[in-house]
Amino acid sequence: MNRSRRNFVQAGGVLGLMVATGLITAEEARAQQQAWNKAAFEAKSLDETIKALGGTGTAQSADITLTAPDIAENGAVVPVAVASKIPNTQSIYILVEKNPNALAAGFGIPAGTDASIATRIKMGQTSNVHAVVKADNKFYVATKEVKVTLGGCGG
Amino acid sequence: MPDPMRIRATEQPDGVDVRVLMSHEMETGQRRDSAGAIVPAWFIQTVVVSYAGKPVLNAEWGPAVAKNPYLQFKFKGGKKGEKISITWVDNRGETRTDEATIG
Repeated sequence: MNRSRRNFVQAGGVLGLMVATGLITAEEARAQQQAWNKAAFEAKSLDETIKALGGTGTAQSADITLTAPDIAENGAVVPVAVASKIPNTQSIYILVEKNPNALAAGFGIPAGTDASIATRIKMGQTSNVHAVVKADNKFYVATKEVKVTLGGCGG
Repeated sequence: MPDPMRIRATEQPDGVDVRVLMSHEMETGQRRDSAGAIVPAWFIQTVVVSYAGKPVLNAEWGPAVAKNPYLQFKFKGGKKGEKISITWVDNRGETRTDEATIG
């Protein structure tokens, strides 16, 4: 079957189903989609990403704990955890310097939620991983090099 | 319909620990299929975790989050027996919401 027609029907169909069952409204889905920071996810470097996030630069911080393996056997699944002790942490971002686009994930931390998250990311090759924290509208960073034996971007 | 998320939320002395395993291809848009054509990017873009009607985590993801995304975090104020709700929306506009009871 023609791939693009299938995609179109699939996309329209599922969203239609979600709206019909009232699980989330079409408007809510669209709103959540529009909230996605396209410029930040298309930026190539740490500096470009910070600019797209509204910052001018980053300061190194020893109050960010970035946990990631020294050597990742499989670049498609690299566990990364970031914990921030910086007061008024608003967001945590994970960037992989040598990926096609640096920003892998961003997390908004509402009051009452620990500034600590763990997830798994893809790394295309050995690279610096940057944990960026936005606190009081200022940006901080901690960096760790993670070696990758088998790249995970599928190229 | 995408597979349900596997969610575990447990009340601990210092907050509710939430662990989620989602089911999603998280296709980067860099891969080629056997015919040599690029497999289009298909990935979760936003995730919202809510408790008592308020967000306890907002996430924006790119295709570099691993396939079948895993997420773990902790928030304060949740009570055993209450529910959390997690919604993701992907770049095709597809979406999934699952709930779990805090144990």
